[in-house]
Parts: sequence; C-alpha cells; structure tokens
Amino acid sequence: MSRDVTDVLLGFARTLRHAGVDASPERMQAMLAAVDGLGVADPAGVYWGGRLTLCADPDDIATYDAAFTAYFQGGPAPVPRSAGAPQRVVTLFGGDVADGGDSDATREVEHAAASDAEVLRRRDVTALSAVERAELRRLLALLAPSPSPRFSRRQRPAARGAVDPQRTVSRMLRHAGEPTRLARRARRRKPRRLVLLVDVSGSMAPYADALLRFAHAAVRRRPMTTEVFTIGTRMTRITRALRMRDPDAALAASGRVIPDWSGGTRLGEAVKAFLDRWGQRGTARGAVVVVFSDGWERGDSALLGEQMRRLARLAHRVVWVNPHQGKAGYAPLAGGMAAALPHLDDFVAGHSFGALEDLVGVIARA
Amino acid sequence: MSAITGRTPGNPAELAAALERTGYLADDGLAIAGYLALRLGRPLFLEGDAGVGKTAFAQALATVTGARFVRLQCYEGLDASQALYDWDFPRQILHLRTIEATAVAAGEQVNAEAVEASLYDRRFLVARPLLQALESSPCVLLVDEIDRADDEFEAFLLEVLSESAISIPELGRIAAETPPVAVLTSNRTREVHDALKRRCLYHWVEHPTFDREVAILRARLPEVSERLAADVAGATLRMRELDLLKPPGVAEALDWASALDALGAKTLDPDLAAVTLGAVLKYREDSERVRSLGIAELLGA
Repeated sequence: MSRDVTDVLLGFARTLRHAGVDASPERMQAMLAAVDGLGVADPAGVYWGGRLTLCADPDDIATYDAAFTAYFQGGPAPVPRSAGAPQRVVTLFGGDVADGGDSDATREVEHAAASDAEVLRRRDVTALSAVERAELRRLLALLAPSPSPRFSRRQRPAARGAVDPQRTVSRMLRHAGEPTRLARRARRRKPRRLVLLVDVSGSMAPYADALLRFAHAAVRRRPMTTEVFTIGTRMTRITRALRMRDPDAALAASGRVIPDWSGGTRLGEAVKAFLDRWGQRGTARGAVVVVFSDGWERGDSALLGEQMRRLARLAHRVVWVNPHQGKAGYAPLAGGMAAALPHLDDFVAGHSFGALEDLVGVIARA
Repeated sequence: MSAITGRTPGNPAELAAALERTGYLADDGLAIAGYLALRLGRPLFLEGDAGVGKTAFAQALATVTGARFVRLQCYEGLDASQALYDWDFPRQILHLRTIEATAVAAGEQVNAEAVEASLYDRRFLVARPLLQALESSPCVLLVDEIDRADDEFEAFLLEVLSESAISIPELGRIAAETPPVAVLTSNRTREVHDALKRRCLYHWVEHPTFDREVAILRARLPEVSERLAADVAGATLRMRELDLLKPPGVAEALDWASALDALGAKTLDPDLAAVTLGAVLKYREDSERVRSLGIAELLGA
C-alpha cells in the first residue's frame, strides 16, 4: 500500500477516535491489513475493512458511518459522542469546601462533634451544609453494597459434599491404583449480579450526586458483576465511567456520557429500553435490580407497570428506592409509582445516609 | 498468511457465491468479514439478535473451505477440562492394573519409570473442542455464545487463540499445523472484555432484507412454495417492526414456514397464521399483541 493511502486511512482512524470510537493503534494496524487484503480501489473494501476492525460495539457503527461519510465524501463532520451534551459535572453540593478561607465552614468544623454523625445519618441529603456534604461524600465512599452470593454450576474441592470421582481417581493413580481417601466437592458460590437504575431527571436532581456516589461504591466493590444505568428520557449505561477509582473523576466521566441530565421523565420507555437492550438478554436475569426514582412519570404509567412486571419476572429481586418514602405523610400515589408498586419486592427510602446504609442491608439480604 | 490453504476463495464475492451453494445467503458485510477472517487469520467476532444466523454462518464457512467444523458451546462454569483436554483416569487405572497383573504373573519387576511414561500417553488424553480444533487442521472453530462463559474463560481462550498451541505438562506442546479459523458469537448478555474484541474482526449481523429472507427460505426449504415463502418473509418483516419482546429471527421464520408447509399451506391465510403463531412468536404478550393488531393486517391484506 502506498504511503499516501496509509496516511489517508490513518487520518480517518484519528477522526473516528475523535468521534468517540476506541480506535487503538492495534486496531488501526488491523485496519491497514484488512483494507490491503480487500484492495484500496474498492470503496466497499475501505468501508468494511475499517468497520470490521475499528468498531467493537453496535453503538460504534452509527458513529463510524457518520465519520466515514464526513471523511471520504465531505459530509458534515460527526459530533464527538462525548461532547453530545455539554460537559456537566454533578455539582449538586455547590462549590468545594476545601478552600480554608471560608469562615462559616471553619466555624462549623469546630462545632463538629461525635453526635453530628448521628444527625448526618438521619438528615435528608438535600438539607445538609457544605461541611456535612463533604462528610457525607466520605461516608458514601466507604459503603460496600453487595448482594448475597448464589450457587454457581462450578464445583470446588471441599471437605464435605458429594464425591469427586475425577480427583479421587487421580489420587488413586498416585498410589498405584490403591483406593485412598475420597475426594469431595461442593458447589462454588458466586456473587449475584447487581443492577442499579438511577433516575437522573429534574425531580431527582437533588439526590443524583448521593445516588451516583452510592452506585460508584457498588461498582468499586464488585466491578465485574455490577451494572449501572441512568434513566430519564433515555437510558444510558454508565458502568464503564464509574469503574474509575476516584469518585469525583468517575462522577465527572459519567456526567459526560449522560445526555439527559435533569430532563423530563419517561420511566416506562427508559425501563423498556434497558430491558430490550440489556435486561432480557441476561443482565437482569437472576440479578438484584435496584431502581432509584421518585416514580414521577410524564409518559404512560401503564407502560411503566407493564415493564416493571417484565423486570420482576426476569430479576431475582426488584428493589425500589424512593427518596420521598422517608418523608412523613408520603403515600406512593404518583401515577408511575402506583403502577410500579405491585411488582416490587422491596420499597425503601433513600433520602439520607442512614437510609442508604439500610439499603446496603436490603441488597445484602436479597 | 492465509489461515486455510486449499479451497480459500479469492475475494469476498467468490466466498458469498460459495456460501450460497451450501444454502447460506450472506450479505456483503458478512461475506467481507468471512473473507478477511480467512485471509488475515484473525478470529471473527459476531454479534446480533438471536436467530439471525451467526452459528449457521460458521458451519457454512467450514463446508465452503472443506475444513473440519468444531463447536464449543459456552456455558457458565466452563473450564479447561471441558474446553481443552482431560485425562481418562479410569482407563489409566485399568492400564496400571493390567501392567501390575502381567508383571506378577510373569514374576518380573515393574519398571516404575516406564509405567509412568506409558500412563501419560496421548491415547489416554480426551480431546475437548479446543484441542480437537488444534489437532485437526484445517478447521473452523465455533465458540458459541462466549458471553455465557465466565470472564476468566475469555483470557484463557485468548491465550489459546493467539498461540494456536497449548502446553500439556505431561505431554508437551501441541501446536496447530495451520491456525484454526475462529468464529466467536455473542448475544450480548454481558459485555465481552475489550482485550478479546481487540484481536477480532467485529461484525454486527443484521436481520436480512425482504428479498434475502425470501431467498433464504427458498434455499433452505425447497419444498415451500414461492408464494408462501414471500408471505412468511413479509409477515416476519412486519413483526420485527412491531417492537415485540422477542422479534422473530431468520430461524423463527424458517420454523414458521416449515410448520405451515407441514399443514399443507400454499399461501399464508389468517386462520393458519393464527394457529401456527407459536412457531414464530415465543412470548404470550407478543402473540396477544399481534392478534389484537389483526393478523390479516400483518399479512398485508
């Protein structure tokens, strides 16, 4: 392949990377080999050679098509996927309290006593002072939500249990075929999958920071068996962003991928999108599913009820966390909440640190 | 560095034509993906809705290239002794006892070293799919539903695929003469690790277009009348647009057409469609939805 062609192709790969597709150098090299194998003269060869090697996800394909048109046919440049929404960081708790010059904050620190921890546990997260918020963030990072394990199909050597013929026989083999002690095996235990659906619509905005931090703690605890999605007007998977170690960096990264921050609420459609694209294929099967939402539905609440029934049939246990549940005199009468209620295994509050701590217990018992 | 010598098609169009002769109708993207997998020797990673023909593609690819077809069905708890190899312990013990008995009868001393060497002979090794694929080349290896296996298995598979060889402590290294052409499929029940995807060609398999689906029905079920094939393809296509819980794939369309044919249908009339709906829709909600919309409507009447 000539030098010019290589440069053009590499330029295209860079455009694609800019548009948000993970076109690593290794993939670029594979693309050059693929296009070379198909022949550069053929436009279809260039298209498919690139698509088969650079894309790795169905979501990449639309971006790829747009970038391909823009680069080779001079169409409009693709919008970078990460810049689809203005870069927003969850700043529910206002400015940082780290700058020591704040006299109010210093005074509060001085007053902080052991009993404050108890107050903080019970108080609604939206009614906290700056110092208390910082303390809350620290406490949230210490939570370790994890469902109780389930039995796997896999077996492990154990002191008691069924006889393991294979290991018994191989033990016999070492003793010249004489029967020795019986080897036994038992079923291995595996962590159950935990799926968190976090409502990020306008009505839930005051709680979003605390809930996403809770989600981050869950992902940090079990990175491979925890999945987090946000629901609002759309459904977005943010597990990848939340796998970052630092909570603030993880929240900033998830803020960049969520396109519908503080927007309206179409819970039914968003839950349906989750079930269609992830849940039914396996993510929700046998999992503990936790929905964080106030159940404020602008769409059709009948659809939400139908989708929650579908979710309940797939999941091991469905938990609904509603911040208003913790308030005196609250009754789940909002259209969406009433529709979802019959399909829930647990209905808990999530308005304070104490409530979220209790939720860890609910998840662990599930 | 073609992975399969011998009957490798020279370009994607030739591969598509050869696949068609085996009864598999691939679209352009899939034909190019298959061609590149053969030519570059990279594993092909296929994703798509259930029933779009991912597994059938691997089988057709094996037929076309005249390679042996080895399938590894993944499931939770799959480990090396089920995917790679295992020692046949009962036979080893029998062998050991026979040697002992013969030696005692002849009044000889048993040579311990020779006995041990003979115990770990190739004939006592049970080859599981991955080892079978390495030992029989050329070969098309289908790793079906990789997303069902545990994620540790991916790393293990990656190692076997990139080396095209395995080491058995008691026997030594077994390497493939020509690396197997690997086809991996996933239904996306979980996300497969990037390290594995990076080494593969990635293709998302779409549902076929109307014309292609008619052609597939005709090719796979020659006994079905052309009119019935067109009716079934049209109705299936409309069902896919209905936003059902489980949109029917090609596999369901084939089942439906053969069910209708078994009932002696030459065209798809609403009554027959209603009683055979279970062949194409697998959820009660979906069947109810289609019935409430009117089956006649679905048939484009």
